[in-house]
Amino acid sequence: MQLAVNITVLAAIYALIACGYVLVYRVSRVLNLAHGELMMLGAYLLLMTATQFSSHWLAALTAAVLLSLSTGVLVYVFLMRKMTGEMVLAAVLTTVALGILLRGAMVLIWSAQQFYPAQPLQIANVAIALPGGARISLCAALLVLTTALVYGALLTFLRFGRWGVRMRAAGQNPLLAAQRGINLHAIYALAWGLSTLTGALAGMLIALDAGLNQTMAIIGLKAFPAALVGGLDSLAGALAGALIVAAAEILLINYVDPLLSEVVPFLVLIAMLIVRPWGLFGTREELDRV
Amino acid sequence: MSRQPRASGYFRTGYAQDLKLVQTRAERASLALLGAVLLAFPFLASPFLLDLANQVFLASIGALALMLLTGYAGQISLGHAGLMAAGAFTVGILFRETQAPFWITLPAAAAVGAVLGVVFGLPSLRLRGLYLAVSTLALHFLVVYLGGEYEAKRGFSTGILIDPPVLAGMAITSGHAWYGILGTAAVATLLLCLNLLRSGTGRAWAAVRANETVAAALGIGVAGHKLLAFVISSALTALAGALFAYHRGFVSVEAFSLFLSIQYVAMIIIGGMGSLLGAILGAVFVTLFPYGIEVALRALPGAQRYAGTLFAVNYAAFGFVMILFLVLEPLGLVGIWRRVQTYFLLWPFKHRPLAGRRR
Repeated sequence: MQLAVNITVLAAIYALIACGYVLVYRVSRVLNLAHGELMMLGAYLLLMTATQFSSHWLAALTAAVLLSLSTGVLVYVFLMRKMTGEMVLAAVLTTVALGILLRGAMVLIWSAQQFYPAQPLQIANVAIALPGGARISLCAALLVLTTALVYGALLTFLRFGRWGVRMRAAGQNPLLAAQRGINLHAIYALAWGLSTLTGALAGMLIALDAGLNQTMAIIGLKAFPAALVGGLDSLAGALAGALIVAAAEILLINYVDPLLSEVVPFLVLIAMLIVRPWGLFGTREELDRV
Repeated sequence: MSRQPRASGYFRTGYAQDLKLVQTRAERASLALLGAVLLAFPFLASPFLLDLANQVFLASIGALALMLLTGYAGQISLGHAGLMAAGAFTVGILFRETQAPFWITLPAAAAVGAVLGVVFGLPSLRLRGLYLAVSTLALHFLVVYLGGEYEAKRGFSTGILIDPPVLAGMAITSGHAWYGILGTAAVATLLLCLNLLRSGTGRAWAAVRANETVAAALGIGVAGHKLLAFVISSALTALAGALFAYHRGFVSVEAFSLFLSIQYVAMIIIGGMGSLLGAILGAVFVTLFPYGIEVALRALPGAQRYAGTLFAVNYAAFGFVMILFLVLEPLGLVGIWRRVQTYFLLWPFKHRPLAGRRR
């Protein structure tokens, strides 16, 4: 039972991060390898706002979320906008470079020590007993709940929302979308903003649960296989991929070797690339487009 | 390979002339000058500078290998550090388990690299672009994990110590000896790449990179040439990793992080894609960059305060410079160099005459 809970929590983490990869990739065909760092930045932003509004945890969270949304938009406006229409590799490498830059900057600003943003916010991370003898911490439960909410909201938004439909259109055929009067730059900026927001949410909740230091970006990179296994352009796929990767990771760690934790997602990734490179729910033509 | 235009009317009149690597007197003179500088360098430089030169040589071998694969054959790889790790760990494991001398371990490292090249290359038969990069990234983590596993299981958790190689009864430890060995290796790699690229193989790679369908229609075995590119590049990279292990005298997985892969990709981007000169310039730039930052920070007032944050400053500055190159100068250092060259060749004019009006 505890295993099932662990898998659910890890899957929720991966899914929440992976939907950021999917959002940006689906709309602009750019793989954002700086997502892990952007997520970590979100967590540090929460740390910053937590010391500002120490008594109101809701105010701190809202401020941090808004800050990270604008960070994503700024990244697009000042950096990725210049890379539209460039080679795919150049755009991906720009995000890699951005990740390196962010990581260095974050060490400079916040140093490499361990922080607990839950302390200034006075959130007690109590363990909740579940039926079947399993336990889950409050923040982890919150994380699972947030993931469900975020996915529900995103799927509805993409299906019914005016801007959501525009986003799908821009992803399917940028040229036609632009000719129908859709502002592509605004759409791309929105995708980057939303992607950073969801990533940052994941970062904040992980930080509340387990503390925050400079190694958090690795979790972001490990969530990437989840996005690819499900199909890089499918939100529902990211959910399924996260579940598969998390299950494989927890089970292998538990029964084979704890050292495997770092590689399991990538092993799953390799297996998927061999069998079905476009992912479980991805579109097959994707492969020829890149 | 495209030759640069010359100021004078230098025309080749025979195929033998066309095949020469060094063509004009000016080229010969400048090459001789470069050779003389390289030969004189170890006798004039301080040990620190000598060590820097050795690092540059090592990085050039790796960068040249990656340039063959990415810049010429068009196959993206983010697993370069994994291949280097494979070479280094082959040396480490063979030395620890069997005390093998370097003339066994180096070919063994190259062989392991070649085999891994097939493994890294197999996805390229099916995947392109981004997906290929991702698969090499995944394989990088796999190789590094296997290395870490070996370290942990055999009790070398801090790393494997390797004795210096013994050549003609003498252990090679001095910077001067290493300068000779690594310099020779780098020049040999450069010559190998130069000649490979103007052979049929190199032309086939260029065709595969430009358009796979057209290449196949021309009768080029696309799959075979892709795999060959991976095999040759990986063997060279593993060799560089093996030399790195001997030079450091120490192998540990920490040295082969994802950041190293990114550094190598940065070398060929900053140097200039599709140019061997670019690979070398990029290797020089990326290797010397952290030391440049350190010197620059020392020059600032209150140097002691920055000492602890040097690593972070380095990281941030490296990312920043990489972004600058990607956004502002996609042709890299070679692009700048060519522009300077053209400026002087055409001086006092600003532009090349239009092609049609030449005669």
